[in-house]
Amino acid sequence: MKVLVCISNVPDTTTKVKFTDDFEKLDTSNIQWVINPWDELSLTRALELKDDASTGVKSVTVAHVGLAGAEPTIRKALAIGADDAIRINAEPHDAYYVAAQLAEVVKAESFDIVLCGIESSDHNGSTVGGMLSEFLGYPSVSAVSGLKIENNTLVINREIDGGKETVTVPAPVVAIVQKGIAKEPRIAAMRGIMMARTKPVKVVEPVAVDALTGIISFEMPEPRAACKFVDAEDPKQLIGLLQNEAKVL
Amino acid sequence: MSVLVYTENWDGKFKKLSFELVSYASKVAEMLNTKAIALSVGKLESGEAEKLGNYGVSKIISAAGEGLNVLDNQVYAKIIADFAVKEGATVVVLANNNVGKALAPRLSVRLKAGIGAGVNKLPVSTEPFVVHKRAYSGNAFAHLQINTPVRIITLSQNSFELIEKNMGAAVENVNVSVDASEVKTQVREVQKQGGKILLTDAEIVVSGGRGMKSPDNWGPLVELADLLGAATACSRPVSDEGWRGHEEHTGQTGKIIAPNLYFAIGISGATQHLAGVSSSKYIVAINTDKDAPIFEAAQYGIVGDAQKVLPKLVEAVKELKSK
Ligand SMILES: Cc1cc2nc3c(=O)[nH]c(=O)nc-3n(C[C@H](O)[C@H](O)[C@H](O)COP(=O)(O)OP(=O)(O)OC[C@H]3O[C@@H](n4cnc5c(N)ncnc54)[C@H](O)[C@@H]3O)c2cc1C
Ligand SMILES: Nc1ncnc2c1ncn2[C@@H]1O[C@H](COP(=O)(O)O)[C@@H](O)[C@H]1O
Repeated sequence: MKVLVCISNVPDTTTKVKFTDDFEKLDTSNIQWVINPWDELSLTRALELKDDASTGVKSVTVAHVGLAGAEPTIRKALAIGADDAIRINAEPHDAYYVAAQLAEVVKAESFDIVLCGIESSDHNGSTVGGMLSEFLGYPSVSAVSGLKIENNTLVINREIDGGKETVTVPAPVVAIVQKGIAKEPRIAAMRGIMMARTKPVKVVEPVAVDALTGIISFEMPEPRAACKFVDAEDPKQLIGLLQNEAKVL
Repeated sequence: MSVLVYTENWDGKFKKLSFELVSYASKVAEMLNTKAIALSVGKLESGEAEKLGNYGVSKIISAAGEGLNVLDNQVYAKIIADFAVKEGATVVVLANNNVGKALAPRLSVRLKAGIGAGVNKLPVSTEPFVVHKRAYSGNAFAHLQINTPVRIITLSQNSFELIEKNMGAAVENVNVSVDASEVKTQVREVQKQGGKILLTDAEIVVSGGRGMKSPDNWGPLVELADLLGAATACSRPVSDEGWRGHEEHTGQTGKIIAPNLYFAIGISGATQHLAGVSSSKYIVAINTDKDAPIFEAAQYGIVGDAQKVLPKLVEAVKELKSK
C-alpha cells in the first residue's frame, strides 16, 4: 500500500496575525511557516503504519501545492520520515484548485490511502480532503481520530456529532484526519535531517483549473471590552452581572 | 431558482442547529428573491419534518430509503447534489459541523460550486456573491467572493438567530433507494455520548485547564455545569494527561465552539486555546495569575484560586436557582 499525506504550509500557530495596510493580504514578515498541525499528525500516523510490517504500507509520500518558498516545510516532512515528496508548482489559489491538482497526482501514482487534515489553520476551509475524494471518486471518511489496516481494509474511528463510530472502508480511500490520529507529532532527528537533504522532491507543473473563490479582504475581530474583575470572595456579584448585565443566565 | 438547506437529523430528530440553518437559508432566499427548501435525508420520526416549516421554508423534502442508515459521504453527497439540481438551487446551505464539513466539499465538486466555509453572517452581497467567514482560527475574518452560479455555504454554529415564520410548507416524502454496493462505509461499532449535553450544542460551557491541578478536583466544576445546564470542556493538556476525555478538548486542535457563555477556569488563554472559544459571546475567567492572557479575552474575571472560588460559585448559582 502507498500512502500520500497532503500537507499545507501555514503560519506557526502562535502567530499574531497581521495584514497588509489594505487588509487584502496576510503580512508575512516575521512569520514562521510550519506543517499544518493535523498534517503533521497524519504524517506521524502514516509512518507508524509503515513501521508495522503487518499493515502492508510500503511507502509514505507527502504532496504540497505551492511555490518553491514552501520547500523548507516539505524538507521538514522528509526529515520527520516521509520517503519522498511531490510539489505541484503553483500558487494554491483556492481549495478547489488545490484539490484538482492533488487529484492528478493521486491518479498518476495510484496511492491507496490519502490523508488530509480536517482544516488548514490559515483559511479554515475544511474542504480540500473532501473535494479531492470527489474528484477521485473515492470514498471519504471525515473527522478521523483513529486509523488501522486489516487485510487491505481500513478500520477507522470517526467522530460524529454526539458520539463516535468505528467504520470500515476498502482502499483506495481519502481519510480526513483530526486529533487523536497520533498521540504526539513525530520529531525530526538529526539523522532524519541529514537524510532529508538527499530524498527526492519531485516538482510537477499544475494542470489548468479555474479557482472558484477568491478572498477579497480580511478583517480583525472587534476588540472586546476590557475585563471586569469581581472579588474572589464574592462570586455572587459575578452571577448578578451574568444575569442582569450580560443576560446569559 | 431556490436556496436548498440540508438539515441533518439525529436518530430521526432535529436540533436547534437545524432550525438555525433553516432560518438562515430562508433569509438568504429573501435576499435573492427566491424560496428556501429544506432537505432531510434518512428516516425521521413522525411529525418531525413539519417542524422545519416553522422557520420560513416553502417546501420540505424528506428523503428516506434503504442504505441510508450509515453516513457514507459519497452516497449522501450524491443525493443532496441531485436534489440541488432538481430544485434549481443557486445556494446550498449546510452546517459547519463534522457532517457538513464531510459533505459540502463533495457537493462542491459535483456541482462545480465554490464554498464559503465557516460563514457566520448573511452574505455581505449577492452580486457578486460575497460571504463573511472565519479565518486564521478565529483570529480574523475574511470576505470571500464565490464566483460560481451555484454556491455552497457552511454556517458556523450559534451564529444565527432562530426566525419563526410559517409559510405553510408541505412535506414531500421521497423514496430514494441506494444500491448496497454503492455504500462503501460499514459501521462496526457506535458509541453514543449518552444523555450528556453536547459541547457543540451547549449554550453555556464550563471548562477547566491545568490550573485545576488534578483530575480529582473536577467535582465542583461538574456540579457548576450541571446546575447551569452546561456542557463541560477542558484545555488540551488536560485531555492529553487523561484528566478528562478527548471529546472535551476545545481549541484549535480540538472543538471549535461558540456558546453564549464560556467559563475558563485555570486556563492561561494560549492563542491555540482561544482559537476554539473566541467566538463565545461572553467569557468568564478564573485564574490565580492576574496577568494571564485569558483576562484579555474575557469580559468578566476573578483573580483567585479555582478550588476556593468554585464552591462559592456553586453556592451562588444554587441560591439563584432556588429563587
Ligand atoms: C500546534 C498546537 C496546537 C494546540 N492546540 C491547542 C488546543 O486546541 N487547545 C488548547 O487548549 N491548547 C492547545 N495547545 C496548547 C496551548 O499552547 C497551551 O499549552 C494550552 O492551552 C495550555 O493549557 P492550560 O491553559 O490548561 O495550561 P497552562 O498554560 O499551564 O495554564 C494554567 C493556568 O492555570 C492558572 N492556575 C494555576 N493554579 C491555579 C489555581 N489554583 N486556580 C486558578 N488558576 C490557576 C495559571 O495561572 C495558568 O494561567 C496547542 C499547542 C500547539 C503547539
Ligand atoms: N496547498 C496544499 N497542498 C497540499 N495539501 C493541502 C494544501 N492545502 C490544504 N491541503 C490539505 O487539505 C487539508 C485541509 O485544508 P483546508 O481545506 O484548506 O482547510 C490540509 O490539512 C491538507 O491536508
